[in-house]
This record gives sequence, structure tokens and C-alpha cells, in this order.
Amino acid sequence: MENGFGSPSPSPRTYNTNDSFPAGLRVLVVDDDPTWLKILEKMLKKCSYEVTTCCLAREALNLLREKKDGFDIVISDVNMPDMDGFKLLEHVGLEMDLPVIMMSVDGETSRVMKGVQHGACDYLLKPVRMKELKNIWQHVLRKKIHEVKDIESYECVEDVPMMINGSNIFDDGQSLSVSDFSSVKKRKDMENKDHDNQDFNDLLSGKKARVLWSVDLHQKFVNAVDQIGLDKVGPKKILDLMNVPWLTRENVASHLQKYRLYLSRLQRQNEPITSFGVIKQSDFTTNDPPTCFGLQGSATMHQNNASGCNFGYAGNNIVVQDSLDMPEGDSESIFSGMTVREPIKASTGDLPDGQRRNGGSRNGPNHSCGSLGIDVNLFGSTTHQQKSWSKEIPMIMFPQQIKKEHESQGHTLLSSSGSQIHVQFDNPRFLSSTSSGTCNSEINKVSTSETKRLCTEYRSSYVNSISPVAHTIGSVSLQSEIGMGDLRDFGPISTSTGSTSTKSNVFDQKCTSNLGFDPQYLLCGSGASLQPSHETLQVCSLQDYEYVENVELSNVEFLDYHDLELFTELPSQSYDRLKFSCEYLSDSLEYPIINEGLFIT
Amino acid sequence: MGSKQLQYQVANMRETLFKQGFLDEQFVQLEELQDDDNPNFVEEIVKSFFQDSVRSMSNIDKALESYPFDFEKLDKYMHQFKGSSSSIGAAKIKEECTQIREYCRQGNVEGCMKVFQQLKKDHAILRKKLETYFQLLRQAGPAETACRPR
Repeated sequence: MENGFGSPSPSPRTYNTNDSFPAGLRVLVVDDDPTWLKILEKMLKKCSYEVTTCCLAREALNLLREKKDGFDIVISDVNMPDMDGFKLLEHVGLEMDLPVIMMSVDGETSRVMKGVQHGACDYLLKPVRMKELKNIWQHVLRKKIHEVKDIESYECVEDVPMMINGSNIFDDGQSLSVSDFSSVKKRKDMENKDHDNQDFNDLLSGKKARVLWSVDLHQKFVNAVDQIGLDKVGPKKILDLMNVPWLTRENVASHLQKYRLYLSRLQRQNEPITSFGVIKQSDFTTNDPPTCFGLQGSATMHQNNASGCNFGYAGNNIVVQDSLDMPEGDSESIFSGMTVREPIKASTGDLPDGQRRNGGSRNGPNHSCGSLGIDVNLFGSTTHQQKSWSKEIPMIMFPQQIKKEHESQGHTLLSSSGSQIHVQFDNPRFLSSTSSGTCNSEINKVSTSETKRLCTEYRSSYVNSISPVAHTIGSVSLQSEIGMGDLRDFGPISTSTGSTSTKSNVFDQKCTSNLGFDPQYLLCGSGASLQPSHETLQVCSLQDYEYVENVELSNVEFLDYHDLELFTELPSQSYDRLKFSCEYLSDSLEYPIINEGLFIT
Repeated sequence: MGSKQLQYQVANMRETLFKQGFLDEQFVQLEELQDDDNPNFVEEIVKSFFQDSVRSMSNIDKALESYPFDFEKLDKYMHQFKGSSSSIGAAKIKEECTQIREYCRQGNVEGCMKVFQQLKKDHAILRKKLETYFQLLRQAGPAETACRPR
């Protein structure tokens, strides 16, 4: 285990700069056979590796735990009397995150499969040859590269449009996203001196403190998970139950991911790619402060990697399910879904004159209106379609709530959703008016005044939620108000503030990141069943949620903190949600056709 | 006996072990690992194997005598012993381990017992032969023993 590889001087061992690499690679060999232990030791020494041998799995585990940064790679026999090699493999994977090579005299496919599924990076057959051992450094390097890559891809936002481009169904989405991203870059360059921005960048560079998950800690973790139940579990809940003061939510979230990854490996052997994709991406999502990107990226990746829509949809679904898990009401997310759309398009509309927007206070609403117009187009819906859409949404909401909200909250949600339906109707009207080309700022104003009270309520709740408890604080009814609040809130604030550079920067990134979802949004929105569309809206809601915080507090660091909070929850919960995706597979099959129709209109 | 003649005898003996199928390529691997740091590496490894196999074989004996017959346990022991015998390239023993495991799968107790008796015999023969071999090797001194078979 190594610390902070993202920082300039990560650890005393930076392999790519070290000429002597792989010499000195620290290898722990575990085998109950003393003869083999001697042979392997000799072989590895001949490779100029630093060898530690161990004839008991438990002893090895203790060694690894004691010297938390003492080894680069573990080679373990599969069959050991005190502990199954696979068990050891799991522990090492969960606690130390080291590459593990399994070895056995038995080359049975099922055994090798089991090893790989448990996370072995290689499976050597006995008798092990010297040339095989000479090569093991590649696993160490590979792991390192992958970790660095995660961070890099995370930092380089421009990678994301490339991925978006991969899905050539969504022409509009593509162009939007690309221009969006370029603007982000431009602004970033321009405002590089801004120290707030610098702070943001610093956060981006991914400094993270890793936690060593000791046996006790892991046991506490597992106990907490067991107590909560795997389907309801979330980092926050676990953190509360574990009661370890220094442990952060992110730590727990990250570990929960690994844990789920481990569980999913055991359970779901049929979709290794899917789970891998999700996990891989979300891994850095939780570890690094500005998490939203990673998450978006992951969703986008899903879509493009997918041979069919269902894969992308699965990714989408994951997030959606998560948002359901959070106490935010469905209704809220619907609204905020709309709101988020607003920023995206706004930024695309005024890409070249991003600075101008900062100066001109009246520019904002125009842009956002225009953007909403685009939105309407994307939906492929005429005015009358919107109407039907807005009617349908409440209908969808109910089954959804009933289905997902097992707790008594469900009832309050239902009742509160009534009020949202009203706003819902407002919203499409707003959309339609903008699509016709006239920017009706009156509507905007009206709705602002309507929701003013709610906004303030939201703010007060927000103050409460600054504590790490953040998004669990809001009661269900409050949540719905949040949705309304930020919808209206957004426009005025973004325009009237001569928005600081950091703000707009962050803002843009939120927008761009959101684009990852656009295609999915389209897919779902146009889908035969509106249920999926509803879910995508929820996805948006999360971003909106954070976006509002953004505007109101204009404190980048704090925002990041908040992003983190919101989003760490997502990936960690996402894994067991994969199963939900199956339900929608049939739906997703229809999407391509529907989409074609969509773009003709 | 001249040292040259002794060396020839040692080489011959080694050759025979390969030819009779007692040893395989892994033994050569061990010889290649031997260097100035561990001048008696092969002998140490072989010694380690025979020391350890005492324990393994008594385990197997117990498993064979146990009632009701536990094929799973026996299979586990055989797997272990197979891995162990692969360390020095004891080809014959390894092959017999595979055979016993196969009989375990079939539920053939008699087959297991029969092959294990053969294994014990071969184990003893190999032990004796290798003991003599290393004894002669030390007398002859390091020569062209490191040449590959065939």
C-alpha cells in the first residue's frame, strides 16, 4: 500500500523514474509447502527482488497488516491448511490493495477462474518457472499506471467529450458537449491566477489520504453493513454505526465500493465487464474531492462502451437508483432535472462570450431560456407533447415511490408531490414558451416569487446541512421544496451576480459533466415507458442540488466538499443496483429506433 | 576410483533418473538455480522435500485408513503432495498423485490404496537413488553435472 501517489513525490518508490526497477521489488511469498517456499525465495532473489517468505496465510496477513507499506506484490499458493488462498486474496484486495499472484499445481479452469474473480492479477501453475517470476513486476507497474490514469483522466476534462462522441446517435449532444468543454478549458486558462481556482485545481490533482483498513476496522465495517443490510447501506449510515471519529465518509464510501466489488465478483460472474466499469470509475470518484466528474465520466463511459443501449442504461440506472436511496424525494429531482438542463444549455449558448455573461446581468436568462428551447428539441416534443409529458410524470412518480420508498416516508412524499405537480406544469409551459423563440422572463419571475418562500426554507435547511450529515438532513417534504427552490433560484442568481471566475468555472464543469447524461436523458425521455425518463431526471437532480449550493455559497472549497458528499454516496451504492438494470433491458432495446424518430422531428 | 570416472558415474546416474521417469525438467531448473551463494541448493531442496513428505505421507496413510472414507480429504492431501513433488520434479510421484486424485473422483478406494502403495515404493526408491547421487556428487566435485538431459 502506498500513500498519495498523486502528489509530486508520492512515495520513496517511484518506479518509472528509478533505473533499477524492478530490482528491489518487495515480494511476499505465501506457501505452506516449505520446499516450494525455498525454491521461490531463491528464484525471486535471483531476479533481484526483496523476498519475504511465509508458510501460513494468517501469518502473511499479519505481516501485511503490520508493515502496511512493506510489500509491492504478494504471491500466494491456493491451497493452504490454515486459510484458503482465495480468502487471503480477498483480504489483501480489500485491505491492502496489492497485486496478488496465485499459484497452484492445479490448472483447472474453474480454479483459475475463481482466482481471477477474487482479484488475482495472475495465476501461475506449479512448477513455477523463473522466467514467469522475472515478469511479475509488470503487475505492480500496471496497478500503478492504472491508478495514475484514473487521476489523469479525471483531471483532463477534455477526455470526456471524446467519450461522448463515441455515441454517434446523439449529434446534438455531441456538439454541445465539445464546445462546452472547450469553454471550460479556455476559462480555466484565463483564470489560472485566481487563487480560488488554484485551490480547485489542487483538489483536482487528487491528494488523498488513504486509510489502512485493519482487521478491526474492516470488521466494524462489515458489522455495520450487516446491521444496515446491504441493499440499504450507505457510507453515511456505516460511518455512524462504526463510530470511528477520524474516519471520513469518503473513506467509508471507498471501502464500501471495494467491498461491493468483492461481493459482486463472487455473486455476479456473468457481467464482469459491467461491474468492472462501474467500479473502476467510481473508485476515483469517491477518493477524490471533486467527485462529480468521475461519476459523470463513468456514466458516459458506460454508454459508449456499450454495444447496445442497455449497457449505458445500466450505468444510468445505477445513479438513479442511488438518488432514490437518498432521502430526496422523487419530485424534487424532476424539477431539478429541468434546472440542470438550464445550465448546460446556457453555457453552450454563450460559450464564446462567457465573460460577457459575467458582466451583463441580463444575459443569463436569455441564455438559459434559449437553452431550454434546445432542451425541448432534445426531448423531441412539441408543446402538446410536453403537456402530456407533464401529466404523465406524476403518474410515474407514484409507482416509483411506492416501489422504492419502503419506509413510511413514502406517504409524505406522495402528498408533497402534489404541490410539485403544479410546478411541474409551470415548467413545461416555460419550456414551450422558450422554444417558440420568445424569452418570457415574466414566467420566470412569477415562479420565482411563488417559490421564494420555499427557497428561503431551503436555505435554512441548507445551513443545517453544512454538517457532514448533509443530504440526509432534509426531510422529505423539505426536499421537494428544494427542488422548487433551486429551479427558480438559479436563473436570477446566475445572472445577477457578476459571478466570480471560480463560480463560473465550477458552474461550467457541472454543466459539462452533466452532458454525460444527456444522451441517456434523451433515450429515456423518448422511451416508450416514461419510467426511465423519470429516473434520468433524478440523476440530474443530484447535480442540480449541488449546483444550487454552488450558486448560493460561491465557495469553491466548500462546494467540492459538498460534491464529494453527494457523490460519494452514489458509486458506493451503485453496485447492487446493477441488478435493477436487468429489468430495463427490454425497454432499452427500443431506444435506438425511438431515437431516430426523435431526431427527425 | 579416479575423479573422472566418478564424475562419469554421477552423470550416468542422473541420466538414468530422467530416463526412468523419476525426474523431470523441474530438477534441471533447480540445478540452474544453484550458484555460489547456495552451492548445495539442489541437495537442500531435495532434502526439504523428503523431510516434508514424511508428514504428508502419514497424513495420506491416515486418510486411507479412516472410516468412513473421506475422498475429499484424501484429494486435498493428494493435491498438496502433488504440489510438493512438483517442486523437485519427482515426475513419477506426481503422476501417481494425479492418478489417486482421479480415483478419488471416481470413488475408487481400492484404486487409491493400490496406487498409493506404488507411490510409497517409488518414493522410497527415489529417495535412495537421490541420496546416493548427492553423495557421489559431493565426492566427485562440481563437474558437468549441470548439463541438460537428452
